[in-house]
Amino acid sequence: MGATTHGNNATAARRAPQIVMTEKPPTASEKEAQVRFEISDLNFFYGPKQAVFGLNLKIPKNRVTALIGPSGCGKSTFLRTLNRMNETIRNTRVVGEILLDGQDISQMDVVGLRRRVGMVFQRPNPFPKSIFENVAYGLRINGYQGRLDDLVEHSLRRAALWDEAKDSLHKSAFALSGGQQQRLCIARALAVDPEVLLLDEPCSALDPVTTAKIEELMFHLKDSCTMAIVTHNMQQAARASDFTAFMLDGRLIEHTETSKLFTTPTDPRTEAYITGRFG
Amino acid sequence: MSRILLIWRKFLNVVMLTLTGVAAFGVVAVLFLILGYLVWNGGKSLNFDFFTQLPKPVGETGGGMANAIVGSLKLLFLAALMGLPVGLMAGVYLAEFGGKTFSYVIRYTTDLLNGVPSIVIGIFAYSLAVLPFKHFSAVAGGVALGIMVIPITVRSTEEFLRAVPGSLREGAMALGASKWRTIATVVLPAAKGGIITGVLLALARVAGETAPLLFTAFSNRFWSPGWGQPIASLPVMIYTYAIAPYDDWHRQAWAAGLILLALVLVANIGTRFVLSRGGGGRSA
Repeated sequence: MGATTHGNNATAARRAPQIVMTEKPPTASEKEAQVRFEISDLNFFYGPKQAVFGLNLKIPKNRVTALIGPSGCGKSTFLRTLNRMNETIRNTRVVGEILLDGQDISQMDVVGLRRRVGMVFQRPNPFPKSIFENVAYGLRINGYQGRLDDLVEHSLRRAALWDEAKDSLHKSAFALSGGQQQRLCIARALAVDPEVLLLDEPCSALDPVTTAKIEELMFHLKDSCTMAIVTHNMQQAARASDFTAFMLDGRLIEHTETSKLFTTPTDPRTEAYITGRFG
Repeated sequence: MSRILLIWRKFLNVVMLTLTGVAAFGVVAVLFLILGYLVWNGGKSLNFDFFTQLPKPVGETGGGMANAIVGSLKLLFLAALMGLPVGLMAGVYLAEFGGKTFSYVIRYTTDLLNGVPSIVIGIFAYSLAVLPFKHFSAVAGGVALGIMVIPITVRSTEEFLRAVPGSLREGAMALGASKWRTIATVVLPAAKGGIITGVLLALARVAGETAPLLFTAFSNRFWSPGWGQPIASLPVMIYTYAIAPYDDWHRQAWAAGLILLALVLVANIGTRFVLSRGGGGRSA
């Protein structure tokens, strides 16, 4: 369903990155990539405590943008403003503007926004249902009437879980290993065909082999999805992202192509962080 | 000096250990004493007739309490009908929506309601559902028991909903589910086992209540058709039979006590069994 509706307007943009992807590191053509999220002067408050200060950032379409920074620097908080997840926390306040494809997200219907902007969390959080029902959940709540089987299979394939899960679709999702559960959560998010996938430290609870699988998965998803990933792991940011934003104490310090940020950071604080002097 | 101190400490240790151990044993012993006594006395007079026959007229021996068993079940059904919807929904409100002050007030009130003596609730139900109609009825008994079911259900529902990890709620909401949808399709199913346990324990608890039934459901030595007539129940039958001057009635009171206890125990053990088999929904 959604695959076709979004497919048309995204074909042109989709072709460009595919060329770039084959030749890493990214070149100047990266800069021409369309902007999916445009964040201007974003401030975020937990009650009286400010967590994000005057943040400006553009998240390019069909690219992976990594957010790095020490614990508590506000990167997860920032990520969660992009699909308005922070609204579920009492007593929080957003000041500033976030545009998704030029549309102000604060004016959008939150249900529609979250369908377009999916999210994967730090710890795998499958629902206490079968594998099939986990993937079908998003389709069901969005009132999808067609055949679920094909879409569930398609989503599981996109999340590289189909081969492992196809024989136990109707078993509890808890029977899966941690890494499989996380891929199931990715499949669940992909089922509603989001334009953006937000990943909040998706690998922090996983072992290196599984982490590699998920990074590979992200690489393939770039064709159809824009991704923003929060990570503590700088190698992961270097490996898996096209752009990297470094945050410190709620402020964006530096944002540029990943290859540049890790080789020739312009800000001394960025350099100090990526060389492991703090954080 | 330090040696004496050491011996004193060891001595004190042994004394305290013994005291607490004896107390702990006492707790278990009381339960098993009651159980044993009931089984011993009740088992002797338990027979097939007890489950199938009506009470015999005064003076005749034999007969059973079929009407009281059915009556108790009917009263529990009414109590569930009246108390559970309110209790469950209030529990959902407290766990998922409640703000600080209002929730605190509700929680505090619920605990107070839980502490209200059952006889007082009986009087309340009497003035509410007996006086206006000028006769005792099953419905009035159901009202009294239903009120008692509410606070237990509220608190257990709230507790089990709170035990559902927030990450599940976030997962559902991140997929675009509205709040009520998240609760209905993810949170409640995840807490299902626990909530059912709470409900069964609440019903088991009121199944043994006598005082609120004495002047609401009253009692009945015959079948009570429909819901508007006085109705027999096991606890009230136990009370009536135990204070009567007939040996045969005493035996039957014991038997009824045994049945009541068995009912409560089965509910208790059954739910524990269901829970341990992953009915809570969260275990692997």
